Amino acid sequence: MSLLLQDVHKSYREPDGRPLPVLNIARFEVKPTEQVALIGQSGGGKTTLLNVVSGITAVDSGLVQVDGVDISRLHEVSRDRFRAERIGIVFQTFNLLPAFSALENVLLGMTFSGRVDRTYARSLLEQVGLSHRLHHRPGQLSVGEQQRVSVARALANRPKLMLADEPTASVDMAHQDTILTLLRTACSENNVSLLLVTHSPEVSSQFDRVEELAAFNQPEAAA
Amino acid sequence: MNLLAIVWKSIRQRSLASSLTALSVALGVALMIAVLVINGVVGRIFSQSGSGYSLVVGAQGGGELPLVLSTIYRIGKPYDNLPWRFYEELQERAGVEQVIPLCFGDTTSEEEGSFPIIGTLPRFFGTDYAPGRSFGIKKGGEILKGTWDAVIGAEVARVNGWDMGSTFKMVHGGVQDHVHNEKFTVTGVLAPTGTPNDKTVYIHLRGFFMLDDHAKPASEAIERNAVLYGEDIEALRAEYADLLAKEAAAKKSGQHVHHHDGIPDIQKEVTALLVLTKNDVAALQLSSRLKEGVIAQGVNPIIVMRQLMDNLVGNIRYALMILTGLIIAVSGIGIFVSIYNSMSDRRKEIAIMRALGASRQQVFSIILLEAIVLTVGGGLLGLLIGHGLVFAAAPIVTARSGLLIDPMHFEPIELWIIPALLAMATLIGILPGLTAYRTDVAKALYD
Repeated sequence: MSLLLQDVHKSYREPDGRPLPVLNIARFEVKPTEQVALIGQSGGGKTTLLNVVSGITAVDSGLVQVDGVDISRLHEVSRDRFRAERIGIVFQTFNLLPAFSALENVLLGMTFSGRVDRTYARSLLEQVGLSHRLHHRPGQLSVGEQQRVSVARALANRPKLMLADEPTASVDMAHQDTILTLLRTACSENNVSLLLVTHSPEVSSQFDRVEELAAFNQPEAAA
Repeated sequence: MNLLAIVWKSIRQRSLASSLTALSVALGVALMIAVLVINGVVGRIFSQSGSGYSLVVGAQGGGELPLVLSTIYRIGKPYDNLPWRFYEELQERAGVEQVIPLCFGDTTSEEEGSFPIIGTLPRFFGTDYAPGRSFGIKKGGEILKGTWDAVIGAEVARVNGWDMGSTFKMVHGGVQDHVHNEKFTVTGVLAPTGTPNDKTVYIHLRGFFMLDDHAKPASEAIERNAVLYGEDIEALRAEYADLLAKEAAAKKSGQHVHHHDGIPDIQKEVTALLVLTKNDVAALQLSSRLKEGVIAQGVNPIIVMRQLMDNLVGNIRYALMILTGLIIAVSGIGIFVSIYNSMSDRRKEIAIMRALGASRQQVFSIILLEAIVLTVGGGLLGLLIGHGLVFAAAPIVTARSGLLIDPMHFEPIELWIIPALLAMATLIGILPGLTAYRTDVAKALYD
């Protein structure tokens, strides 16, 4: 199993101190190399779910198993390391570092896993069609090119699970398909599972498996 | 790519603020280097010049510092002279190895730089002026062989354009309208020493005593001898009756007394004596004995100058060091403000790195390293600038002031600059580093 969530609970604190349940998931899983589109309303906990799966946010209780490892039991430093080594993230706003070139942004993804491989970084950028833009900074790239760099960066550490948060929301319609195809193809070619959050029916319709967050997340039941 | 490369990128991203803050540290450190080198040079001048002698002996009553300043540094005049008899007797004392007489007070003319002229003996040049440092002389030169020979310091030669064969006259007591008729010829030019010797003219004591007004009037000399040595004045007057008569006749006719066979010893005086003793104990004993008497005082020039350094120059040194230290500290605050202000803009950057797997410790280290690179980098640049300035200025300063500055001079205290900057950088980086450490990744990513 690439991802398994079981009895996951996560609450935030309201300003008055009362708990605000956000996640209450009995079971959710993503199989190896499976590609899943996750849809849901704004404020429904999609981003929190991605943060929990990536280990950025710790759960209150439950099992968060990624590639066979229950990351909810890991110390924060280990979770960071695990994220660097086995999870790729593509953000809606790309989140490339402006001072770094395309190649350096990909290398940055490798730095924290301790496995810097320039040749592989170049090959990833070639794979996303940016072999001619290696040394351009984000400001010198088009929006579509920036998103390609972020896909290459997410693949930098040969992850087992790719998390994509509205990866096409910031690109125009003409580029949406290109980005999506690129992301899905890259995941397939690299045997990476994909969990993609989207609002767009055009995007979710391209996936064999589409999950509505509200269908397996009942925070009200935890309240 | 490693953390240092990430730091370097970050610094380059804010190149203007980064370079200005690092430059401020660099200038502070360069200033400190300049102060240290100047301080080192001044310290050496004060501590080494004349340190080759065990004691400086001069007349009692004038204070130790004026005696050393006038004898070694040619600053001011001593309180009084010493009788020739004292010089001769001092040579015979136990523990005394060598006594070098010095007679001074005359100078070259104003046009020729008003350099002090010292009458002495050739053996002055045979003793080290500082431990392990002996006088060098330009090839072909001679050390006061003839009565009217002169040896000049390197700076005197440079300023006046004098060389072997150049001639000059002496101005008596520095009074410009009283010029001695006799001409002295330069027969030796000293190699630069970096001490006041470079700015001094040396003539043979024999020549010095043959000049008008360099003999104490016989009547005064007899009285002084009687007082200092407790001798019967009438007996002395009887002994030197011819001398007194000759002096009275010259006075009546308004002329100088000419001593064609040289000045009688009773009329000879020396300004100061440089004494080398067989050991330090002998120097101490001699100094104590002299103190018990009424004629002379003998002081160790190193001790006197060390006291001056500690009390005056040392305090100035500390003040300058503190001042430059404060300048560097202010530069450090500048770096802190620059980094700290940038933290709000960098929250997202830090959150992205965390999302990519950077630990809290790693983002803390990145910020800390940035402070270290800017501070220590600025410090290293400052060391280069400071020593570059010293290297470039050394020949100019030497040419203008006669002070010898080693262009490659390095003060041991400089070894502390980088560790101190490292400590300062750590302090600077801690607070912004903690801000990075505490960044709420989930919040910062989606802000």
